[in-house]
Formats: sequence, structure tokens, C-alpha cells
Amino acid sequence: MNTVMDSVVFKFIYCMLVSSDECANSFKIIGSGFISEKYAIIGFLITAFFLIFVVINGALVGVLALIWGERRLIGRFQARVGPNRWGPWGIFTPVADAIKVMFKEDISPSLSDKFVFVLAPILMVVPVLLIFAVIPFGEATFLTDLNIGVLFVLAITSTNTLSVLMAGWGSGNRYGIIGGLRAVAMLLSYEIPMALAAVGVILMAGSLSIIQVIESQQIPYAIFQPLGFLTFLIASTAELNRSPFDITEAESELIAGYMTEYSSMKFGLFYLGEFMATIASSAIIVCLFLGGWKGPEILPSHFWFMIKWILMICVFIWFRATFPRLRVDQIMELAWKGLFELTLINILSIAILMLIWPDPSITELWIMTGVNWIVFFASLWIFGKLLGPKPLEKNGVTRKIVLQK
Amino acid sequence: MSLRTEPVTMNVGPIHPSTHGVFRMRVTFDGEEIVDVEPVIGYLHRGSEKLAEERTYTQVVTLTDRMDYVASMTNNQSYILSVEKLAGITPSPRGVWLRMIAAELQRIASHAVANGFLINDLGAWHTPLLYMLREREKILEMFEMLCGARITNSYLRPGGVFMDAPDQFWPALNRFLDEMPNRIDDIERLLTTNEIVLIRTQNVGVLKKEECLNASITGPVLRASGVDWDLREKNPYDYYDQIEFSRPLGEIGDNHDRFLIRIFEMRESLKILRQCIENIEPGPVRPKEVPFLVRPPKGDSYVPIESPKGELGFYLVSDGGISPFRCHVRAPSLINLTLLKEMVLGDKIADLFVTFGSIDVNMGEVDR
Repeated sequence: MNTVMDSVVFKFIYCMLVSSDECANSFKIIGSGFISEKYAIIGFLITAFFLIFVVINGALVGVLALIWGERRLIGRFQARVGPNRWGPWGIFTPVADAIKVMFKEDISPSLSDKFVFVLAPILMVVPVLLIFAVIPFGEATFLTDLNIGVLFVLAITSTNTLSVLMAGWGSGNRYGIIGGLRAVAMLLSYEIPMALAAVGVILMAGSLSIIQVIESQQIPYAIFQPLGFLTFLIASTAELNRSPFDITEAESELIAGYMTEYSSMKFGLFYLGEFMATIASSAIIVCLFLGGWKGPEILPSHFWFMIKWILMICVFIWFRATFPRLRVDQIMELAWKGLFELTLINILSIAILMLIWPDPSITELWIMTGVNWIVFFASLWIFGKLLGPKPLEKNGVTRKIVLQK
Repeated sequence: MSLRTEPVTMNVGPIHPSTHGVFRMRVTFDGEEIVDVEPVIGYLHRGSEKLAEERTYTQVVTLTDRMDYVASMTNNQSYILSVEKLAGITPSPRGVWLRMIAAELQRIASHAVANGFLINDLGAWHTPLLYMLREREKILEMFEMLCGARITNSYLRPGGVFMDAPDQFWPALNRFLDEMPNRIDDIERLLTTNEIVLIRTQNVGVLKKEECLNASITGPVLRASGVDWDLREKNPYDYYDQIEFSRPLGEIGDNHDRFLIRIFEMRESLKILRQCIENIEPGPVRPKEVPFLVRPPKGDSYVPIESPKGELGFYLVSDGGISPFRCHVRAPSLINLTLLKEMVLGDKIADLFVTFGSIDVNMGEVDR
């Protein structure tokens, strides 16, 4: 396990502040800083504060970029231009949005439970920020390397459920309550396939630390275990409340679901939390399944991470622009009758393969990949037959449109 | 152990993203299941029928635009046919062909809007809707060439249309006819076999043949249930008897059938348009002898037409004056809406809006 001093960025800033032998050895150019080793803890805290500040603000700027990118991209998907008024290509549109949201009147409905109503949007944002603590943004660039990183992420993302329920309940609106209750049912169900899909990764990596997971990926796990990747992707789309699983805020049914009564910056916080969760989830998928910072050495590791990260976010935007929404019972059916079993099959196949090759060489890894792909297609075919749209022939009726001359 | 649950009543509309205007439903549901639906209409009532009594026969055309505002041309057509029958006017052939072209274009536009919003109600986040609206936009541009207006056209007059089509209209129409089949194919590739669309729409909101006939439901909703009833063929008006076209019929009568029927009817409308272009000949667009103030003799008339939403007819009573003594509209949207409760009872909340969207009602026409 890596300590925080293994992070290059951390050590660099720390060494500008604190004078120590270790620093003098690793950074010849800057040498060591002005704080004596006796008060090194001050330098440590300043560095930590600085980095946290950078990451949180980076996440906020990332949200602005994502709002712009999503609106532009969806504009293209929908055969229109997208926002293009503020700044070149409309890049200041999210800034205008943010200013507008801040100056809106802040309304609390008289029927609302004020404490819960105000607390909910805060609870939406804060846990998502915590996810950024365990994401390695490049080789030896991280805030912390928890030895239970994957578990931490799964635990943090599930607090989102509480916030949505609180928002729905606290706003005293029936659309809100329906949205909140749907959210609880759906998010709790999708926790399970998400965790089980991550088990496949953990089995191969032999560690819960995200950095160790990335380092263990000789073949990206998306290729190595497609079934795990697919289930994890679907489950995290559901966890993010994004289309086609956006039943909690289903615009055409529940107006805005749990957000119906929110206005001004409280609404802004929900918006922020949602987009930040998209960014964080994409980063987690990149770390667990797409090999994190790994890539050919023509580019620095941070670039590879950014490229994969942005591509992953684009996939989510693509989903949103394409799919119609599933109904709530079909969503639950998919979680319990489909994804849950698929993840179990994935774990089983990987466990058996690991039993056969406990310490695989690269050739054996490719053989395992082949087996996994066979399992992937076979199980998808079977589950597609079982869960797909039912043909109507069995009722003695064939569906066709007759053209009456 | 069984938990005690109680049904909740929720007010949907009149301001709601998927009520297609200002429709209100008092929905009672148990969990996610619908127990009761009580439609409340009248939020867009403007008294068009009463207003018609105060206007001359030509001025009433502008009122008909505002009834079904996504299908103004067919409203005009229905009204004008009634006036012509009442006043005994024989329209000039070129005018009739032009208004048939306008009506079929309007049918495509209306079906595009209906299907687009149906998929939007399914939650597809505007993408198919915007593809459909893009095609509708071309039609609206052609309407702009024909009469200068896009939505509220008022293009038709007793005896024909008020203006001949300009020169740029025909190339635009031909280009549209060439492009549109591919566009419909695109939409079908995106949606017809989309598994989410299939599981959301198949066997949801089923209407049986008998139910439809008992409730006098017409239009694509009726044909989706498998009843071969199209007024263009059964009771031809204008020159539809000179035209070959087929009528798509569904079998089950669920939301998916209604969606498919509209797609197929768009294709059939393209066929009709091509035949109209072949048949049209130069000449006056409206007979000279029709006066500006039509004064029909005493009597009444009713000419139903097949509007995009169903049987649309204006019942006009004349007392010999310059304005109708009484005007009543048989609005297909209102009558198709009557079975909403039977269609959605026992379904989930999400299905309510899809079924409502698949009937394709227009609140301007329901409330008038």
C-alpha cells in the first residue's frame, strides 16, 4: 500500500515547504523548503489543504465543463447546434446558468419539513466529493490510497439514496414522494449488482485498493471480463439516476421527481451533485475496468487517464440522448432477474479460471479472456431470451400491420 | 404479514410536461398502480363554436385553425367542405388538388408530432422528438410558401384555396417526397425494434375492437385495433376516390400498434402526395363566381373528413344570413379521450402518460 508521500504532487509541494533529507534527495532542483523538520506537521497540513482545495475546485470546474459538454454533445445528437451564445462555442453557458441559479428566489414550500428539506441537497454533494479522494489521476498522483478503496466508493455512492429520499419526503409534494420512494427501491437494488460486479475485479486484483487494481490490469478488465464491465456500467448508470433509469426525476411523469419543489441554489446543489457523480463514476469505471492511467508511453499517464475519463463521460451522455426510459417494475426486474445473476455468473467463471491458473502468465490471461467472452455471449443470449420483449405469437396472435387495399 | 396501504390521489396537470396542453387528471393510485383516473377538461375553452356565429363564413376559417393547432389544414378542409355543401359551391379542380396536398402534408406533420411526443413521454429525452420536428419543419416551410403562415394557415376558402402555390413550392415538395422515406426509415431503425420501446409499449393500453366501436372512436386509434374504417375510402370527399392508397391496420390495439399505424400512414400519405402531383392541372384555384360573403340557403350540412386524429366534421346550420346560425364540431380528440380510464386502469403510473400520448389528443380541439 502506498502512503500519501508516494504521491508525486504531494511530495513536490511538501518539499517546497519542509526541509528534510528525503526531499533533498528526491528533488535536486528545488532542494528543500523553509520549515524545519521539527514542525513538519504544519507543512504536511498546508500541503494537504492545498491539494484538497485543488481537487474540490477541479471537480466544480469539471462540472461546469460537463454541463457545457453534455449540452453541446446532446445538441449534436439531436440534430441541432446546442448552446452557442456565451463565449466561443458557448463555453460560458454553464457560468450563465450558475449565475442565474444563484439569483433565483429561494422558496421553501409551507408543507415542507424544513430541516430535512435543507439538509438533502447538501447530503447530495458532500459524499460525491469524497469519492475524488481515492481516485488516482495519474501514476503516483492521488490524494490517498485507501486499502479499502473499492469498498469505500461503493459505500459512499449509496448515501445518495438517503439524500434523494429526504428530498422527496421533506418537500411535502406527492411527485417528490413518489420520486423518493422509486429512488430508494431502485438505488438499493442496483447496489447489489454493482458491488458484485466489482467483486470480479477484486478477485483478479487481490486487493481493494484502487491503485493496486489498476496496477494488476495487464489486460484492461473491460476486455478481460466483459460481463462484469457491462453489469457495472448498467448498475452505475442506474446509481446515477441517468437515462434510461431516470425514473426518480422522470420529466414526463413526475415533472422533476424529488427535485420538484427545489429552487435556487438548493436546486443548483442537486444539479451539481448529479453531474459530479457522473464525473466521479466515470473515473471509477476507468480505474476499475479501463486500466486507469495505463497506456502506451507516447503520452504521460495523466493524459491517458483524462482521455479515458472523457470518453467514459461521453458514453453516459450518449446513453442519455438515445434511450427511452424503462418502467419502474421493469427496472427492478432487470436488477434482480438479470444483472444479479449475470454478476454471479461472472464471479463464478472468474473464480473457476483463477482456480485453474492461480498465477497466470500473459498467454494464460488471454485464454481466460477468451473463455470470459464465450461466457459473456452465452449468458447474454440466454438472458435476452428470458427477459427480452415477449413475442405475442403464443396468444395465437401475430403482430403485423396489414395494409388494406 | 401484510402492510396496510392506502391509495393516494394526485393531481396531474393542467400544467404538466406531458399533458400535451392543459389537460388535467385526478389520478388515484395504489403504490405504482393506477386505481382511478378522472379527466378534467375545459382549461382551453375559448368558445370557438359560439364565436363562429358572429363571423362570416370566410372569417370562421381562422377559428378552425386554432382548434387542432397541429393540424390546421385538415380543420380548414373539414369546415370548407361543410360550407361548400351548405352553399352548393362546386370547387375548382386545382384548388381541390392543392388542398388535398396541404391536407396530406398536414397529416404527415401531425403524425410526426404525435409519434415524437409519444416517444418523449416514454422518456427518450427529446432526441426522436427533434428528429420528427425536423421533418415537420420542412412541411411548415412549405405551408409558409403556400399561404405565408406556418401554424395557423387559413389557406382554404369556399371553392378552393385562396392562392396558387408559388413556383418554389413544387421543387420543395419533390425534394421532401424524395427525402422523407429515408427519414421514416431512420426513425423506424431507431425506435420500432428498440427493445425498451417494445417492452414499454407492447400490450399496454389495449383497446379492443368492440370497445372502440361502442365509444365511436375513430382515426388511427380505431385502425390500430383492427377496424378498417377510413373516411377517405369509405366516404370519399374531395378527389380521394380517384386515388389509390392502402390503409394500415393493427391487430392488438396497444400503444405499439398505434405508434406503428402512424408511421405507416405517413408512408401512405407520401403515396397520395405523389398521385396528387401527377393529377394536378393548371387552372384557377377557386371559381370566380363564389362571392366574398357566402350566403347559403336555409339548411344544415355535415361533411366528416378523416383528420389525422379521426373523424372531424363541422355541423353547420344556416338561416340564410352571412354567418352560421349554429356551428358544432365533432372533435375526434374529445371522443377518443373518453376511453382513457378503461385503457389505463391497472397499469403503472408511467404507462398513463404513454397511453395518453398514444391516443394523440390535442387540447385545443378537445376544449375548442
